[in-house]
Amino acid sequence: MSYSDALSKALEALGASEGAKLSVTRDGRTFVGTLMPHHEFSAPDILILKMKSGYNVGVRITDSASIEVLEKPAERVRKEAEVEYREGLPKLVLIGTGGTIASYVDYRTGAVHPALSTSDMVNAVPEIRDIANIDARVLFSIFSENMGVEHWQELAEAVAQEINNGADGVIIPHGTDTMGYTAAALSFMLRGITKPVVLVGAQRSSDRPSSDASSNLVACARFCTQGNRAGVFVVMHDTLGDDSFAVHVGTRVRKMHTSRRDAFRSINALPAAHIDKDGKIVFSGAGVPVSDGQAKAIIGMERSCVLLQYFPGMEPSVFEDIFMRSRGVVIAGSGLGHVNEGMIPLIRKATDRGTVVVLTSQCLNGRTNLNVYNTGRDMLAAGAVTVLDMLPETAYVKLMWALANTSSPEEARMLMKTPIAGEMSDRRTADERRL
Amino acid sequence: MSEDYEMMCGIEIHQQLDTKKLFCSCDSRLCEEGFGDVYRRLRPTTSEMGEIDRAALAQFQRHMGYRYQCCEGTSCLVELDEEPPHDVNADALNISLTFSEMLGANIIDEVHFMRKIVVDGSNTSGFQRTALISTDGSVSVGDRKISILSVCLEEDACRRVETKSDEVVWRTDRLGIPLIEVATGPDMRTPEEVMEVAYRLGTLLRATKRVKRGLGTIRQDLNISIPGGARIELKGVGDLKLIPDYVRNEVSRQRMLLRVKSILGARGTEPAAFEIVDATSVFDGCESKVIKGALSDKGKVLAVRLPGFAGVMNGDGGTLRLGAEMAQRARTKGVKGIFHSDELPNYGIEQAYVDRLREFLGMSGEFDAFAICAAKEKKARDALEMAVARANEALEGVPEETRDPLPDGTTKYSRPLPGAARMYPETDVPPTLITEKMMKDVRDAMPEFPEQIEARLVRDYGINAQQARQIVRQSQDEVFERIASDRAMASVAATTLLNTFSEMERAGSDVSAIDDDALAHAFDLLKDGKFAKEALPAILGEMAKGVPAERAIESLGLEAVDEGEAASIIEGIVNERADFVRSKGMAAVGPLMGPVMGALKGKLDGKQVNRLLTEAIKKLLG
Repeated sequence: MSYSDALSKALEALGASEGAKLSVTRDGRTFVGTLMPHHEFSAPDILILKMKSGYNVGVRITDSASIEVLEKPAERVRKEAEVEYREGLPKLVLIGTGGTIASYVDYRTGAVHPALSTSDMVNAVPEIRDIANIDARVLFSIFSENMGVEHWQELAEAVAQEINNGADGVIIPHGTDTMGYTAAALSFMLRGITKPVVLVGAQRSSDRPSSDASSNLVACARFCTQGNRAGVFVVMHDTLGDDSFAVHVGTRVRKMHTSRRDAFRSINALPAAHIDKDGKIVFSGAGVPVSDGQAKAIIGMERSCVLLQYFPGMEPSVFEDIFMRSRGVVIAGSGLGHVNEGMIPLIRKATDRGTVVVLTSQCLNGRTNLNVYNTGRDMLAAGAVTVLDMLPETAYVKLMWALANTSSPEEARMLMKTPIAGEMSDRRTADERRL
Repeated sequence: MSEDYEMMCGIEIHQQLDTKKLFCSCDSRLCEEGFGDVYRRLRPTTSEMGEIDRAALAQFQRHMGYRYQCCEGTSCLVELDEEPPHDVNADALNISLTFSEMLGANIIDEVHFMRKIVVDGSNTSGFQRTALISTDGSVSVGDRKISILSVCLEEDACRRVETKSDEVVWRTDRLGIPLIEVATGPDMRTPEEVMEVAYRLGTLLRATKRVKRGLGTIRQDLNISIPGGARIELKGVGDLKLIPDYVRNEVSRQRMLLRVKSILGARGTEPAAFEIVDATSVFDGCESKVIKGALSDKGKVLAVRLPGFAGVMNGDGGTLRLGAEMAQRARTKGVKGIFHSDELPNYGIEQAYVDRLREFLGMSGEFDAFAICAAKEKKARDALEMAVARANEALEGVPEETRDPLPDGTTKYSRPLPGAARMYPETDVPPTLITEKMMKDVRDAMPEFPEQIEARLVRDYGINAQQARQIVRQSQDEVFERIASDRAMASVAATTLLNTFSEMERAGSDVSAIDDDALAHAFDLLKDGKFAKEALPAILGEMAKGVPAERAIESLGLEAVDEGEAASIIEGIVNERADFVRSKGMAAVGPLMGPVMGALKGKLDGKQVNRLLTEAIKKLLG
C-alpha cells in the first residue's frame, strides 16, 4: 500500500505522511485533503486524497504539480475500555488469529487493517459481557490462507493452557477460508477436551454495519456458556439471516460457498445444535457434557503428507515422485472413492514402500465404498485405505496426526479407520441436509 | 457571503440511469412483488476514536431489525450483501462522465468508490456506495451561470414496504440502481430560478437519452435559506411546477421565525423548563373529543408551562405560527397533536377549562402560555418534550432541519439535518483510472444539447420554436420524432403532445396509461388512413382507459369512410340546404363545414371534406 518510488520520495521530502493534510495544485485545479494510503490497483502516479466532503479522489501528480503540506497528521489517542469482571459469570477466553472477523478499516486513513485487536472485537459487541467475562489475547494476525500446520500446533497448546488456567470455554475468531482445517486439527490434537472450544468467523468484515461477526460471536458465547457441550466446534450463520446460527462438529464442517454468510455446512452429519436470535439452543443429538479435567494437546504432525484431487486423465507418472516421497497421501476420488486403472499400480508401489494412501470422495456427501466396482476392489487390493464418510480435508489433517502419533504405517492405517473425534460414521440418515 | 439577497437555494438531483445495476448484472426496474424475508440487523460501527454513535446504538439495542425481500430478475446475492460487488457498470460510469462533460465539469483523475454509512436498513450493507466523478461544472439558465459543485455516481437504496414497531420490511429491487447525484452551489436567488434550474438539469440529464423516465426515477432535494435563517433541506420534491411555491413558503416560514425570535428577544423570554405535569384532573368532565378519547384509552392529559411564548404560537392574525412547528415536532413521537394556549378555547375545550388549567399551572405573567397533550402518558410526555424543545429553539431563530414536501406546496418537519456523512473507502471495488481513451469515447459520442434538439425539430419538422422548446422540456422529443415520422404528422404530433394530453389530463384521463409504443401505434393507424385525425382525441381518451387503439376506433364507430360514401353524405346535406347554398353561392362552404363534419363524425380528414363539399356545392350551383 505504498506509493511509487518517485512519489514516495517526493512525499518524504515534503514530510507528507499518511494522514497529513495536503494541498495539491495541478493544471490550475487545487485539491485539499488528507493523504490516504495508495491503493494496490491505483495507477503509480496517482495520489489519493480524502476531501472535506468525505470523498476520496485520485489526483495525477505530473511534473507541473505542486504539493504543499498544510497540517501534519493528528496524533490519535485511543481510549482503552476498562474491563469489568462480573461476579458469577463464566469465564471465556478469546484467542485471536486474524481473518475477516478481525479486519478493520482505519477511519483516519481509510486503510484496511488485518488486525482488529481481540479486545476491540469484544468491545464492539458490548452485550457479550452480559453473557460471560471475557479475556482476550491475540495469538496471530493472519488471514487464514496463510495458516499452516505450525499455527495449528501453537493454537492447540494455547487452548489447552487457557483451559488449564480455568477458562470455561475458548472462542477462536478465525479466517473462514481454512477454518475447517484448523477445526479438524484442534479436534484431533485436543481429543477428550472437557470444555467447549469454538471457532468463529465472519463473511463480512467487522467494520461494516452488516457484519456477521458480532452476531456469530454472541451465538458462540451463548453456546459456550449455556450449551454444556465439550469438544471442538464451529459456529456460523445457518441461513442468510442474522437470526439463525449452526454449531458444527469440528471434524464435519466445510466451507461450501465463497461468500454467503451460511457458507459453513456440516457434511454427512447434522450440526450439533442450532441457536436462534434469542439465544435458544436446540441440540440434534447427545454430545459430551462439560466436565472438569486437565487439557492436554497432542500436537505431533507428520508434514510429509499431501491432499490430491482425482481428475479424469490423472497420469501416474506426474504423481509418482509425490507418492513415493510422502508418508501419507489422501485422494479425493470420484464417486465412491475411485481413481483410474492407471493409478492403481502407483498406489500399490507407494503402499509397498510404506506410504499410507487414503481414499475419500470428491462428492463430499456420502460414504466411500470400494467393494462395489472392479476398480475399487483392485484399489483395496493395492493397499488403499477407505475412511467411510470422512471429509477429504479432515482425512488429510487426521493422517498427518495419525502418522506422527503412531509408531508404524500399519498403526496409522488402523487409526485412520477408527473414529476418534466424531470425524466419521457408518450411518447417515435421509434428513442430514436439514436441521 | 454577502447578505444583499433575499434567499439562497441549491438543488441536489438524483437521477436513475437506464443501465443494469451499478455493481451486478441485475435489471434496474421495480417489481410488483417481493419474495422471501432475510432478517438482518445493522450494528453501528465504532468511530475513529473507538466510540459508537449513541443514538444508533440505542436503536440497535431496542432490537430494531430489518427484513429484506428479493425480486425475480432484479436482486441477487450482491443486493443481499452475500457477495462482494462486481466491477462498476461501465455504461453507468460512461453516462456520468458524459453528463459531467455536458456541465463542463472537471473530471477526477482516478475515481474511488466510498461507503457512506446509512444504518436505517435502506441498504443491506449498512452503507451506500458512492463516488465523486467531477467537480466545478456549471449550467446556464437565463443570463445566470449556476455552479455545479459535484457529480457523483451512486447506488439507489431499497424501497420501504412496511414499518412495524421493531421491524422494517424492505424490497431490494431498487437497491443498486445507478444514480447520478448532481449538486449545485447555493446560487439561486428567486423561487422561479430554482424551478428553471431544476428543469434545465432534468432536461440535460434526459438529453443523454440513457436515464430512466417516469415516476420516482428522478428526485429533487432543495436547500433553502434566507439571511439570518438556516439551511433547510427539502427532500424529495416530485412536481417541479410546485418548486416556486415550496421555496416561497419556506422563505416566508423562515421570515416568520425571525419575527418570532425578535418578539421573544424583546420580551426577554427565557428557555422554558421541561416541567411536564399531569393535568388530567383539570379536564374532568371536558367534552373535547380528543381529550375524552385519550382518557378512555387509559391516557392522561399532560401540560407544560411556556412563560413568554403567548401570542407567537398563533398570533398576529395567524401570521405567527410557532405552534404549528411545535405540533409537527410533537407528532414525531406518535401523538395526533398538541393544543396550545394561543388556539384555546376551541376544539371542544371551553374557556372554563382553560382558566382552570392556567390556575393549576400557576400562570400569572402577561405572556405566559401553555401546551397540553392528551395521550398515553409516555407518548404525551415525549411529545411535549419535543414541543418545548422546539419552542426554545425559536429563541435562536430558525433551526436547521430536513422537511418533507406536501402536495399543497407547503412542507412539514421530518427530522434534524443529518451530520456530516461518515465515509470510508469501498475496499471491494478497485479504483478506476479515467483514461484519455475513455474521455475520447465520451467526447466522440456527446449527445445533442437541448438547444440543438430544439433547433433540429424546428428545422426538420416545421414546428415552431415555442413548440420545440416545450417538447424538449417535457422530454418528449424522442416520442415526438417517432410519431411525427416523415414530417407528415408533425403538426398533429405536436398538438397531441402539447395540447391534447394536457386537456385530457385536466378532464381526468390517465394519460400515463398510453405508453410510447401505444401512441406510436395509434399514429401508424392514423397514417394508414384507418381514422381521421379529428378522431384522435376521442381514440386517445379510450386508450387512456386501457382500450387498444383498434378496438377504440371500432367501438367509437370512427372507422374512416371512403370518399364515395362521404361524397354522397355531403351531397345529401347540400341538397337539404339547397336554398341556403343558392343564396350564398360558394361562400356556403364555410357555414356548411360544421354540419358536414358533424355528420361524418370526424371519420374523414378536414381537407378532404372541404374539397368534397366544394365539389358538391359547385355541382348544385351547376
